[in-house]
Formats: sequence, structure tokens, C-alpha cells
Amino acid sequence: MSGTERNGDTATLSGAEILIRALTDQGVEVIFGYPGGAVLPIYDALFAQNSIRHILVRQEGGAVHAAEGYARATGKPGVVLVTSGPGATNAVTGLTDAMMDSIPIVCLTGQVASHLIGNDAFQEADTIGITRPCTKHNYLVQDTDEMGRIVHEAFYVATNGRPGPVVIDLPKDICVNQGRYEKPDLANLRHKTYRPPTVGKAESVAAAVEMMARAKRPIFYTGGGLINSGPEACARLQELVRLTGFPITNTLMGLGAYPASDERFLGMLGMHGTYEANNAMHDCDVMICLGARFDDRITGRLDAFSPSSKKIHVDVDPSSINKNIRVDLPIIGDVGRVLEQMLACWKDGGYTPDEAALRDWWTTIQKWRSRDCLAFTQGPDIIKPQYAVQRLYELTKDLDTYITTEVGQHQMWAAQFYKFEKPNRWMTSGGLGTMGYGLPAAVGVQIAHPNSLVVDISGEASFMMNVQELSTAMQYKLPLKIFILNNRWMGMVRQWQQLMHGSRFSETYSEALPDFVKLAECFGATGMVIEQPSELDASIRKMLDTDGLVIADVRVAQEENCFPMVPSGAAHNEMILGDDGAAERPKVTGEGMALV
Amino acid sequence: MSELSKIAPKHTIAVLVDNEPGVLARVVGLFSGRGYNIESLTVAEVDAGRDRSRINIVTSGNEMIIDQIRAQLERLIPVCRVVDLTEDGPSVERELALVKVVAQGENRIEALRVADIFRARAVDSTLNSFVFEVTGDSGKINAFIDLMQPLGLAEISRTGVVAIARGADAM
Repeated sequence: MSGTERNGDTATLSGAEILIRALTDQGVEVIFGYPGGAVLPIYDALFAQNSIRHILVRQEGGAVHAAEGYARATGKPGVVLVTSGPGATNAVTGLTDAMMDSIPIVCLTGQVASHLIGNDAFQEADTIGITRPCTKHNYLVQDTDEMGRIVHEAFYVATNGRPGPVVIDLPKDICVNQGRYEKPDLANLRHKTYRPPTVGKAESVAAAVEMMARAKRPIFYTGGGLINSGPEACARLQELVRLTGFPITNTLMGLGAYPASDERFLGMLGMHGTYEANNAMHDCDVMICLGARFDDRITGRLDAFSPSSKKIHVDVDPSSINKNIRVDLPIIGDVGRVLEQMLACWKDGGYTPDEAALRDWWTTIQKWRSRDCLAFTQGPDIIKPQYAVQRLYELTKDLDTYITTEVGQHQMWAAQFYKFEKPNRWMTSGGLGTMGYGLPAAVGVQIAHPNSLVVDISGEASFMMNVQELSTAMQYKLPLKIFILNNRWMGMVRQWQQLMHGSRFSETYSEALPDFVKLAECFGATGMVIEQPSELDASIRKMLDTDGLVIADVRVAQEENCFPMVPSGAAHNEMILGDDGAAERPKVTGEGMALV
Repeated sequence: MSELSKIAPKHTIAVLVDNEPGVLARVVGLFSGRGYNIESLTVAEVDAGRDRSRINIVTSGNEMIIDQIRAQLERLIPVCRVVDLTEDGPSVERELALVKVVAQGENRIEALRVADIFRARAVDSTLNSFVFEVTGDSGKINAFIDLMQPLGLAEISRTGVVAIARGADAM
């Protein structure tokens, strides 16, 4: 295999060199990775070139989250390079996260030499077997001549159709051996069998527009598919909402697809969504679901989900259709393309919405809105976490800001109180709910946007999960602002224990926390503690004005719960509201307790 | 066989896949990972020139589950086509079984008579045993096995179902 005598005019290169060439041809600018024995030839090839920048993380899990942050903030695929065995297994959480949230990732994993595979060699793991269920597809390269084709195919698969993570497992000998590489015609690259859908069926689009025009109580329910489809898709969504005058709600993954400041936006829906969004979803007569997947955080109890509506579902992945909720009109296609078709159909057909019915619908919605479900009372002594996010928003909204989060209460408060006007500004772990996502994701975002403000809204428990990535941020002088809502609890778990497990707070206290100021200082960063509501604004300004990385340890009310909340097992319009009397609260059933 | 399969209708699904390493593991992993039932599974290369294999799966589930199985299969990158043979019109299903019966005297003679009725062939014989080869749909094979049970049934090896749509249209 390793001979250099080959026919044809293409020069032979080592597998590692072919890999780097193919990545360069794909326009890859950044790789997040961590070296090791099996990937030494690749690191050698990286050393010999200047077109691709390598960002050295501190643990491979961080590399995948950083690549996810990079991908979400740019719309480009994120690229990861890790070694065999533990390098690959550490990447699994990030791969699963990217799979659940449909993030395009190409993850290159080292592997022991071909002849050692299956022999329990040092740092060998069955990476293909382990990553099969948590990737969109994976490849084991078995021939150096195949390297180039597989790399390009992997990018095609990761970025076309419903995006997702793709693993390429690279045995060490394949990277050392010589092979041929020719740059393919990337614009016309087609997969042998994989044909992702693009446009929707014209008659289905026409039927959908017809339904929309006749709707009395319509709602747009839009998700992360809009972000994945791109800024044009989001612009088309805005146009369609403006033309129809329908209310719109976004999922957690869809925040930013529609400007939050617009009066037609009802806020996020779902388990911690707004009263008006969830009630409008429940009572609507036509639901237009665009690039969302009727996730269990959205639907609540399935048999009580929006019982009287006709449902239109636009999704690029046919397996999302009728998975949880039976819909009346499925449209398979890229949501941006389908929106383009819908707009054309609406305009060409001279359709108008039912204005009278819409007026009544909006009156009903205003009634729900006036319930002011996100209200909280900020006293003089202790900072409410909602207030902290609200002030952060007010002081950063006019800046070029990107927000990442970890997972838990702080994440939901960020989703509720930080208002996103544009797509790609909000990076969070939705489907998998991976604590420790936010800090490495922020690293990826800041690498992509070095001059922008990147804030990781964090919780003290989540922050500790990938705290080692502070070192990465320091190495590349990334001026991240880490805004820890520190309530000294694993807050969301504590909240569930309080509401569903008789306040038996089993193992959820954040014991033995570090002094975050000293922690920042020991890495060479700046730390600050914010304790008084009265000093919050000044402290946030100081954080923003400080050069370099800052950790702000915001001491917030410890027992604060995140409301509204649809308890598990309840219908999506049965919400616990923050200032409810206990009598009004939906009962948590035994069945609900068994649900996550 | 799970509880589900006793109440949910059976479906035979044919899956045409790229004949690449690990493709069977992808299909089987999909079924176990998502909690679908596999009652029988056969796989073999059917088009060596174009590197295609065909997997026949007998599964069970209500309409929503079967639609999901189909969509999830189609989502796998090396899967070329998925056909629900049960849903898409008439099809022929066959299975082959090798059945070892250990018997002497009257039981041995009765086993041969039953085999004759089922058009099963004895493909191996000793003075106190037979191996029968029987083909047919799964119901026929089950009936044959049931009859052999009291006659000295010792061992069964079944291929699982292979199936193909009737008519001129090819997959």
C-alpha cells in the first residue's frame, strides 16, 4: 500500500497530508483538538502548514463543544481532531450533543494501526462501534487513496439535509502511508445514495397556505431548523409573520430566528416557556411548525397537546414527522426553501389573513400576556437571578454580543430574559442538556468572532464541569466574560426535588466551591464577586470594560425557582406560575414523577 | 417475542443497503436503540456488481411505529431504499428450516409421513435421526415444527424470512 510508484500525474502524499489538503479544500480555518499517539502523523502535517489554525483544548469533550459553538455562531461545520481510545471516548458526549441539536461537526479520531485493530492495543477503542448511534454517519478509512473522498463526503453528510456530527476514524498507518489526492468538484459533489430533501411538494405548500389563510387562531411554532437553514430562512420567516400577522413562538433552539422585541413574538414555549406561548399553542386552530420536532419539553402530556388544532409540520428530516404528535399536513423540505415557496404562494394567490378572527385571537393572547408570567420582585438585599440576566441584557444588547449557557436554571432564565434579535447569537445545549457546554462553546464562538463580546451565562455547578477550558481561553487570550449565577445549588435538580420529591435535597448542594476570584487569578484572569443588587449594573459594566477573561461570581437568591413550569406529566397549558397560590398548581402525578 | 408483537400487526420490511462494513450493525443498532422489535432478520448480498445487500426484517408495531421504523431506516446514510412489503401490496414470503428429529420405531415412521405431507426433504439420516429441510411461509414451518415436537424434535435451525413483492415491479 505504501509504495510511491503510481500512475497518473497526481503526486503521492501521506494520508495525513491528504487529510490536511482536503480540509483546506473544504475551507476549514480552525480545528479544535488534542494530540496523542495515534494522531501524531496528523499533528506533524499540521505543523508543516499555515492555512489551518489548531486550537488546543484541555480535554477532548471541550473540543467538540468548542466546535459546536463555532458551528452555531458561524453556520459553518466545526472540525475536531482527537486521538484514539480515551480521546475518542471523551468526545462522545459532545458528539451526542451535536446529534441531538443537529449541529454540523466533522470529528477526526485517531485509531491504532490497521493490523492492530481488534487486538486490545494500547489506546484502542471501537470508535466506530461506540459512535455509531451518536453520529449522523461514521467512517473508518481503510485505504489512503480513499482519504480525500471520505473527507469530502463527510463534510457533505454533516452539512446537508438535517446537519449532524460525522466521525472519521483514522488508523495510524493510513495516515503514514502514501496515496493519491485530487481536489474534487466540490460544488457538484453528490453522495452515492444520500439525497437530502430540498424543496417541499408544491401541492402541500399550497394546501398549507390555504389552511393559514382560513385560520382563526393560528400560531407559528419555530425551532432550531431555522437557525440551521441560515439567516435567509430567518428573514423569510420574518416576512411571512409580517404578511400574515400571526403570533409566533420559538423553541429554546430557535431563539433568535425571530426578533424577540417584535410584538408578535410570544416568547419561548415549552416546559419553561411563557404563559401566553403555551396557552396559544394549546388553544390554536392552525399550528405551523417550522424546523422544530415536537420535543417532550414542548408537548407536555401528549394526549393533551393542542387538542383542537390542525398541524402543519415542515421538516427536512422525514423521521421527525409523526414521531411524537400526529400532524395533518407534513411538508418534507429545507425550511428556508419551503418558506420561500410559502411566501411566493401567499403573494401569488393574493391571500389575506382572516383579520377579524385574528383581532379576537390577539385579544385573547393579550389577556394571557397581561398575566405577566415572568414577573419577579427584586428586593434590596439579594440579587434575583432573573434580575441579573435582565440587567446583563440591558447592558449588552447594543453590543455585538454572543451568549452561551450551561444547563439548568440559569439556562432557562437566560432563555426567558435575554432577548435575541438575530440568529446564531445563542449557543445552548438543548436536546442533550449537557452541563459544561457553555465554557468550551464560548471558546469556539470567540475564536470565530475574536472582536465580539462572548458571554457564558453559567451556573456554578455546570461551570465546574469543564472548568479546565479556562486554560484554553487563556492560551488564546480570549476575553470571555463568564457570568456565573451562583446559588450554591444544582438549581434545576434542587427545584425538581422541591416540587416533586418532598424537598428532600439529595446531593444537590454545591459543596466545597472554589473561590472563583482566586480561581480566575490563578489562571491569570480577572475575578469579581457581585453581591448587592445596587452594585449589579456598575459591576457588569466593570466586567465588560475589563480587558481579557473575567469571571463574575454573581451571588443570587439561593432558593429561587424557575417559572413558569409545566411539570412533567402535565398538559402544556397546566403551568406552575411563580406567584401562584399552591391551590392553583397542577398536581404532580405518580406517572409524572417517572418522567424526566 | 415481546408483548408488543402479540398484539401489533407484523410487517415485513425490505431494506436495500450499500454493502459496506458495519451497515448491518447500523440497522440492528437502530432497532435496539429505539426499542423496535425484530422477529426475524436475513441479510445477503444481492447485487455484487453494484455492491448492494438486501436486509429483510420482520417487525411489528402500530401504524405510527412502522412509519417511524421506515423513516428512521431511510435516515441511515448507506440505506438506498426501504419497502414495507406488507403495506405495499401482495408479496411472497419464504423461510427455510432444518429440523433434527431423533426417533425410533413408530415415531420415526410418523415423522417421515409428516415430512412427506409438508414436502420436507430428509437431507441427513442415521438409524435413529433425521434432518429435514422444509421451506414455506413461517406459518407452514411453525406447523411442521409443532407436529415434530411429540415425535422427537431435537434441534431447529431457521433462516428467517426472505420476501419479495409480487408482480413485475422491481425494488
